[in-house]
Amino acid sequence: MILMKQLDFTVHSNDRLNDQNHLLKVAPLNNMRLPEMHPGQFVQVRVDNAPHTFLRRPISINYADTQKNEIWLLVQAVGEGTRKICEMAVGAKLNLIFPLGNAFTIPSAPGNFLLVGGGVGTAPLLFLGNKLHEKGFACDFLLGGASEKNILQRPDFEQYGTLYCTTEDGSLGEKGYVTHHSLLQRKRYDFIFTCGPKPMMVAIARYAHEKGVGCEVSLENLMACGFGACLCCVEKTTRGNVCACTEGPIFNINELTWLD
Amino acid sequence: MARLEVTIGGLQLRNPVMTASGTFGYGTEYTDFMDLNRLGGMIVKGTTLEPRQGNDYPRMAETPSGMLNAVGLQNKGVDYFVEHLYPVIKEYDTHIIVNVSGSTVEDYVACTEKLAGLEKIPAIELNISCPNVKEGGMAFGTTCASAARVTHAVRQVYPGTLIVKLSPNVTDIAEIARSVEAEGADAVSLVNTFLGMAIDVERRKPKLSTVTGGLSGPCIKPIAVRMVWQVYHAVGIPVIGMGGICNWQDAIEFILAGATAIQVGTCNFVDPAVTVKIVRGIREYMERHGIASVSELVGGMELF
Ligand SMILES: Cc1cc2nc3c(=O)[nH]c(=O)nc-3n(C[C@H](O)[C@H](O)[C@H](O)COP(=O)(O)OP(=O)(O)OC[C@H]3O[C@@H](n4cnc5c(N)ncnc54)[C@H](O)[C@@H]3O)c2cc1C
Ligand SMILES: Cc1cc2nc3c(=O)[nH]c(=O)nc-3n(C[C@H](O)[C@H](O)[C@H](O)COP(=O)(O)O)c2cc1C
Ligand code: FES
Repeated sequence: MILMKQLDFTVHSNDRLNDQNHLLKVAPLNNMRLPEMHPGQFVQVRVDNAPHTFLRRPISINYADTQKNEIWLLVQAVGEGTRKICEMAVGAKLNLIFPLGNAFTIPSAPGNFLLVGGGVGTAPLLFLGNKLHEKGFACDFLLGGASEKNILQRPDFEQYGTLYCTTEDGSLGEKGYVTHHSLLQRKRYDFIFTCGPKPMMVAIARYAHEKGVGCEVSLENLMACGFGACLCCVEKTTRGNVCACTEGPIFNINELTWLD
Repeated sequence: MARLEVTIGGLQLRNPVMTASGTFGYGTEYTDFMDLNRLGGMIVKGTTLEPRQGNDYPRMAETPSGMLNAVGLQNKGVDYFVEHLYPVIKEYDTHIIVNVSGSTVEDYVACTEKLAGLEKIPAIELNISCPNVKEGGMAFGTTCASAARVTHAVRQVYPGTLIVKLSPNVTDIAEIARSVEAEGADAVSLVNTFLGMAIDVERRKPKLSTVTGGLSGPCIKPIAVRMVWQVYHAVGIPVIGMGGICNWQDAIEFILAGATAIQVGTCNFVDPAVTVKIVRGIREYMERHGIASVSELVGGMELF
């Protein structure tokens, strides 16, 4: 079992990807080696100097760069907490609790794997694609957003697999939602991983269920602690109410009650 | 050398810093972040006679300097606690106190009886103040008669240290404190959460599945300090203070208002090692002010 840690980090870089999204690369202040992390896990960021942000903010591990000893955080500014994180200057300090949560199940044998992301929900899929690629497994990414500028980190994704996109305005890839992409009709998959807005994940889960394909989803339930102490983040499952922060955020759709 | 030991009923705490029920799980959730043996005591999650699934999601809404929760006493029941959790946590070298919750007097009594024989549970905290369950819970803590009734019944079957946790959702908390003292409570702890609510204005919907929930965190601290001060002057038994404590200054403030010991709740979520820092801060404060024993500070606020 990996120990959770509370550590101060420093911002190595902060790149603005579009008007709402930033990519921060952060490293432990004391040069401590980062522990092993797994795709699907997340960090809890303490947001300082933000009067309306008392609790930490959960952010997925976008990528763990073991060579540079950095964690990547892809953050979308939706409120005060995430806006403050996006505004952090290079060299600024931030306190993280990590690594939190379970992880996507890495398949044991090659196959056709599809990773579907919507909006900033693409964040954990980059790290997952990286791990699948390291194992020599090919995968397809299907990413959706409002417009071309919302499909983030395209060159990074292309390193690890084939990239397909949908945009609501048709500026990149097929026009519409990811669930309408022609790929889903053309190709048969062995397993699907998805993260994004709940309606999108429900639609993907339904598709997977109808096709008899296994599927894991990444939940974004509201969290107070992130490490199993408060019982605020529960998701209703076939096993009863379970914490999305410790027994999730990754769930197999068969455990959830979404399709009932 | 500053002495941090304090006495609550039959308990000798190594320091006055404890963790509040429902915010600290069973302690095991925090062992990666801190050494539990440095705590004065640990109050574990609200435990009921039967297992409870708790309320539906969403159960949490952040509010300025605090949060609303509507967890609703989700727990696996006292039998599960005795069989599976107690054997693990009894190894910790700190006082483990179980928060006993229920819907009827009989529930409280039956739950307490199952805990009474456990060697490493030297005290219980009777939760007559949970705002998140439909029946019972807080209702017991809102009138003197019902608070006295449940305290009396539990006292009959419980020889250990009996702490009664009071609800702040009352007109006169001092009066309730007096009524449980009269029935043999060894200490009172306060405050539980304040009944509150929040509305999502875009969707015109409540932010909690239960509409109302319990408010905690720094936003409640001034009210909690006032209540501790009032109760301190109303009873002769020790008062355990809590409500928004996030650092040693907050802790000292409660002690000066009359708390013999304090509990840290919501702030554990933001800094899971905060209790250890509070213990250190209290010690440094005492050394700086030349105070030999923390008990000298209890109720030590000077009026002008
Ligand atoms: C496990 C997990 C991983 C996440 N990963 C990422 C990530 O990699 N990048 C990223 O940008 N965001 C991620 N999020 C979402 C992020 O935590 C929220 O957007 C953030 O907490 C909002 O805080 P705020 O102060 O900016 O907004 P607030 O002012 O608190 O809220 C603004 C709006 O965001 C909504 N919101 C608040 N909290 C959440 C939440 N937990 N999930 C969804 N919506 C929320 C509110 O309902 C409100 O409409 C993740 C959430 C979870 C639970
Ligand atoms: C998520 C959560 C769950 C709680 N569960 C319980 C409980 O089971 N029993 C109880 O007596 N108090 C419970 N409380 C109340 C706390 O123990 C404490 O009285 C209150 O939160 C005020 O302290 P704070 O502001 O430091 O959190 C809970 C509080 C929170 C935030
Ligand atoms: S967020 Fe606290 S238990 Fe999951």
